[in-house]
Amino acid sequence: MARAAKAAETPKKSGKSKPNGTSLTNGPTDKAELLEFYRQMLLIRRFEERAGQLYGMGLIGGFCHLYIGQEAVAVGMQSVFKKGDEVITAYRDHGHMLACGMDPREVMAELTGRSGGSSKGKGGSMHMFSIEAGFFGGHGIVGAQVSLGTGLALANAYRQNDAVSFTYFGDGAANQGQVYESFNMAAVWKLPVIYVIENNQYAMGTAIQRSTSETELYKRGISFNIPGEAVDGMDVYAVREAAQRAVDRARRGDGPTILEMKTYRYRGHSMSDPAKYRTKEEVDEVKKTRDPIDHLKQLMARAGVSDLEVRKVDEDVKAIVLDAVEFAQTSPEPDPSELLTEVYLEA
Amino acid sequence: MTDILMPALSPTMEEGSLTKWHIKPGDDVSAGQVIAEIETDKATMEVEAVDEGKVEEILVPEGTEGVKVNTPIARLAGGGGSAARAPARSEPASSGDPEKQAPEAASTQPEGEGPAPVAARTELRDPDIPADAKMVRTTVRDALRDAMAEEMRRDPDVFLMGEEVAQYQGAYKVSRELLQEFGERRVIDTPITEHGFAGMGVGAAMAGLKPIVEFMTWNFAMQAIDQIINSAAKTLYMSGGQIKSSIVFRGPNGAASRVAAQHSQDYSAWYANVPGLKVVAPYDAADAKGLLKAAIRDPNPVVFLEHEMMYGIEFDVPDVEDYVLPIGKARVRREGSDVTITAHSRMVGLALKAAEELAAEGIEAEVVDLRTLRPLDHETVVESVKKTNRLVTVEEGWGPMGVGAEVAARVVEHAFDYLDAPPLRVHQVDAPMPYAANLEALSLPSVEKIVAAVKSVTYRD
Repeated sequence: MARAAKAAETPKKSGKSKPNGTSLTNGPTDKAELLEFYRQMLLIRRFEERAGQLYGMGLIGGFCHLYIGQEAVAVGMQSVFKKGDEVITAYRDHGHMLACGMDPREVMAELTGRSGGSSKGKGGSMHMFSIEAGFFGGHGIVGAQVSLGTGLALANAYRQNDAVSFTYFGDGAANQGQVYESFNMAAVWKLPVIYVIENNQYAMGTAIQRSTSETELYKRGISFNIPGEAVDGMDVYAVREAAQRAVDRARRGDGPTILEMKTYRYRGHSMSDPAKYRTKEEVDEVKKTRDPIDHLKQLMARAGVSDLEVRKVDEDVKAIVLDAVEFAQTSPEPDPSELLTEVYLEA
Repeated sequence: MTDILMPALSPTMEEGSLTKWHIKPGDDVSAGQVIAEIETDKATMEVEAVDEGKVEEILVPEGTEGVKVNTPIARLAGGGGSAARAPARSEPASSGDPEKQAPEAASTQPEGEGPAPVAARTELRDPDIPADAKMVRTTVRDALRDAMAEEMRRDPDVFLMGEEVAQYQGAYKVSRELLQEFGERRVIDTPITEHGFAGMGVGAAMAGLKPIVEFMTWNFAMQAIDQIINSAAKTLYMSGGQIKSSIVFRGPNGAASRVAAQHSQDYSAWYANVPGLKVVAPYDAADAKGLLKAAIRDPNPVVFLEHEMMYGIEFDVPDVEDYVLPIGKARVRREGSDVTITAHSRMVGLALKAAEELAAEGIEAEVVDLRTLRPLDHETVVESVKKTNRLVTVEEGWGPMGVGAEVAARVVEHAFDYLDAPPLRVHQVDAPMPYAANLEALSLPSVEKIVAAVKSVTYRD
């Protein structure tokens, strides 16, 4: 969404971020902005928890990949998004859609396969879109969205506008061939694209060390002359700062940037993944020490945001999510006639 | 008060064992807290609370096996607010059996391909060419070039990208002089990177542009087939109609000459299998021009199959303003009463030659040029067979699951009682394309093979 996060003061930080690096002693002071980040991140978390619950009740079918733990990435990136920019990602997409400002009702109703869903129930968890919100999916084939996102950037360059394509992919997709084909063309043609690698350390069940020769993924652009930056993806302010640098670069016509977001997903790859490839201690440690929402709460307390204000957001978010859940259960299934619509457009 | 329900943790799970409780009555529970462990059909998994509140009662003790999904397993007091309601198991949303959900609408589907726009094809007709229109001898190559140039002049959103399309003027010179006229913004040389640039073309199309993506040959598009099918063909549907891909993928298809198996494959049947794509395969220069212009204007992704061995052949092209032909309409190239021969692309020429030879022996063949493979104009073929009562299909690709098989199936479905002989298919032999000249010739359809097939279905052999 085109929400402009105007910080009165930005946190003092270099490009190199440490976990939860935004200073607690000299941190952000814009209460409204802190609360807005909190609202967006909490919405994603609560939404995803409910999605998990609905999945458990059999109301959501197939695959369902939750974004819990990674909220600061989508929200931080989106804070530099301008109307006309594009966002595209793979199938862990609910958080991005909410950050883009899509209606939680239509996202949840798509998960339950109902006519009120953003794809009228024909796309499901992995395939949702909103031209209005600048969200171009929601793609089920790992890596395919990178070429598509680079194509969105090609369209921006062709039209000579100043829009930027925010192209997300994970540490898993970072090993797909077409990612590098796209890097190459984006660099040769100086396309306005930000490659946001959400490195949550596990490509489904394979730890990055087991699959990837060079695990510092921000270096993946070196042979294409694409600058890369490692970012603490658990710190929304660190994400926002890096995003600002990358988006400025793209809008200036200086071409692509790679931002490697060091992040973590709390849940399994999908709902049916018991996540036996990592220890409970590892997950608990991240939850305890790096949780992006807890960190934001600390920043809010430091800035003097009152408990009352925080609780108000909690209540608002809860109401929004419960409303979405209600809608997703009462919206009717698509009419059988929908089976054959939207296969083709009338020539 | 809120009930915590036994969750399903995989698409197939119906029951599981409650192996451990981490909470007891009186405990305060917060969202995200691990409250229990359950064993599914796959593994042991943790259950996290979604609601907040004080545990009032454990309804299913730990160690219980065979707990059905959605059974209340514990009760929370206060907090509450769970709007998630347990569905009745008979509700279609939770039914895993797709057969039970097959909607009646399926029976209205015309022959396994698209809805309204396809059904409307009987109204399609070629434009009238004025009697005084000049005919200009034009190669297929130049007709394709002219089509692109005209559409690029007409619509600033149309651009061409591919390997060697700009400075080199096209590997087969199909894009000759386009760079000079339209500049490098609209005629884009790509690196050798089919998967990547096909995906970028689709991305640009999703953003509303109208790319023409040239593959040096369709053989190389195998690298890009994921983007053509998974991204271009399916996204309109998956997005509930929001995201369109007005894009043309084009280039030479089928066997060239003496380039062996990896450079000699006909992909007609592959792409014609996919809903969401349109597939066009013209024979002569006029059709190449008129259909490519239509393909560029079409709001859907179009696979445009050209033929290298046709590029240099000259045909008459009407010199009329804006010559656009309908996609989805076959053309009767030669009328006849004794047998219907269907063909597309280069095979049309062989079919016409065969028809000439057959005429000398007193057999009048009707040659139907399919022109478009999806949507397939089977009405024109069926009407022809109702007159001739016999069918021979010709295609350059392999026979199994092929274009001829589809044409024959539709004729059997719609004109079974009219057939006086089983339909016969002429196609490439069931082996990769050999290099040796004699073997290559043996592998491909030929005039002789078509003549022999016609004689067989007319019981003249």
